[in-house]
Amino acid sequence: MGMTMSQKILAAHCGREEVKAGEIVMARLDLVLGNDVTAPVAIKEYAKTKAPAVFDCNKIALVMDHFAPNKDIKAAEQCKIVREFAREKGITNFFDVGEMGVEHALLPEKGLVGSGDLVIGADSHTCTYGALGAFSTGVGSTDMAYGMATGTAWFKVPSAIKFVLKNKPGKWVSGKDIILHIIGMIGVNGAQYKSMEFTGDGLSHLSMDDRLCMANMAIEAGAKNGIFEVDEKTEEYEKAHGRKRTVVYKADPDAEYDRTIEIDLSAVKPTVAFPHLPENTKTIDEVGEIRIDQVVIGSCTNGRLEDFEIAAAIMKGKKVHKGCRVLIIPATQEIYLQALKKGLLEIFIDAGCAVSTPTCGPCLGGHMGILAKGERAVATTNRNFVGRMGHVESEVYLASPAVAAASAIAGKIASPDEI
Amino acid sequence: MNVKGKAIKYGHNVDTDVIIPARYLNTTDEKELASHCMEDLDKTFPSRVASANGTVMVAGRNFGCGSSREHAPLAIKAAGVSCVIAEDFARIFYRNSINIGLPIIESPEAVAGIDDGDEVEVNFDKGIVRNVTKSKEFKIAPFPPFLQAIIAAGGLLAAAEKNVLK
Repeated sequence: MGMTMSQKILAAHCGREEVKAGEIVMARLDLVLGNDVTAPVAIKEYAKTKAPAVFDCNKIALVMDHFAPNKDIKAAEQCKIVREFAREKGITNFFDVGEMGVEHALLPEKGLVGSGDLVIGADSHTCTYGALGAFSTGVGSTDMAYGMATGTAWFKVPSAIKFVLKNKPGKWVSGKDIILHIIGMIGVNGAQYKSMEFTGDGLSHLSMDDRLCMANMAIEAGAKNGIFEVDEKTEEYEKAHGRKRTVVYKADPDAEYDRTIEIDLSAVKPTVAFPHLPENTKTIDEVGEIRIDQVVIGSCTNGRLEDFEIAAAIMKGKKVHKGCRVLIIPATQEIYLQALKKGLLEIFIDAGCAVSTPTCGPCLGGHMGILAKGERAVATTNRNFVGRMGHVESEVYLASPAVAAASAIAGKIASPDEI
Repeated sequence: MNVKGKAIKYGHNVDTDVIIPARYLNTTDEKELASHCMEDLDKTFPSRVASANGTVMVAGRNFGCGSSREHAPLAIKAAGVSCVIAEDFARIFYRNSINIGLPIIESPEAVAGIDDGDEVEVNFDKGIVRNVTKSKEFKIAPFPPFLQAIIAAGGLLAAAEKNVLK
């Protein structure tokens, strides 16, 4: 029986010719990731392993992004634990304020993850790197500790759903709309324990930023990983980010999939996920009148350069709606710098937006834009659970940067066509 | 292994943001995490667990979805919950629970047959969930041997130390 892309990467990392869905394997890791929330727990657990050293000081990435720049004394203490651990273990890929970015935007940009890699991260959105053709999945802190000590992790080999993307998406339709459309279709557990594998001629119309956004939200359908077939765009991206070679794992022609779903990209409309689940989707023409108090454009989902280019094109020469607070959070220092050089930040500031240093901040209700009781936000982030961005009676509407920018100007959820 | 306790029952898609909100993730102290466990969904949770002589959490589909924060199963365990029974679990929560030694059971039948407040007994060796209040029994499927080894050792790192991971 043939293997899926994900199964081939797992097989290659456990020295096997073949793996089968459902079996449990121990596999060799190319990178282990943690952040300022999950790494402190992992460091505590790591001490129990009594490992004399980490498995490879160049294959661990520690990114201070969630509550950094530190929001309070406790958060500062957490970062200090990680900082000291990184120094003591000689971990080369430790990213602190000034060079850090939101981890899942930062690691691909730095060329630390890439095609064919097997990556675990103590953060659920680690699935992002599947955009590059990696098998990449979120785990907990104990897995991270064990990974740091041994360079291995246990995996139940997943079965998969194949998404065949066809045709060209319309104006204002980005990766965010496509993945929200898919989650709306299959539900928040529609791909539970499975891989979501993306292929088809529609791929050629999706930028790497689109793909990173889509793979990022595979977890919101319950998936173990999301993975894109590698093409010229992947190769170009990897070359530009210092990867020496692009590794291609194509699914076998006779690979077994639980389901195959065709998505006609030309039929996807700008899509918004209503509170309190990412599956509660409506197309932009169905949303009705939803007044908003805040807009957040940023995060590991949509905090990349293309996202800000789209938002700036819509906001140029306009003012944000009075009473609407708009936060622009470039996901990395490099994205921040590029947005600055291209004049995007000037457009945002002229429009009345606040521009922030990289941080996960408001996405998880950490800091930098917490909602009060009864407030509503449109966010380009990935989750709209109860209390996710603040008070339990606040609401988050998930949308693309285009819809978020249009909503910022309109003061209500709006289509870019209305602006 | 046997556990017993009073059932506290919730619905579908209980996410890790409500199990332990991000505003409390600036600590790794398990007791402190436990004191805020479930508070955005059910403020009575910590006091109900504290006053019961053992608690079994029961929930619907996709329990523990969302963030990978291990603080979630840690908070549940530290609060004094002896076992979580759900129709099914989100995958990161599933592996985190096994890795930290929080007993979990996937059984839609048991979930359907247990109401909030029922007395529940779990016999892991025999693979049986018993609803004492309603005098009903449910068979549960065993974990794969690899996961059984981790569970028996009390977690991933304990299993590694005992060299039982194969």
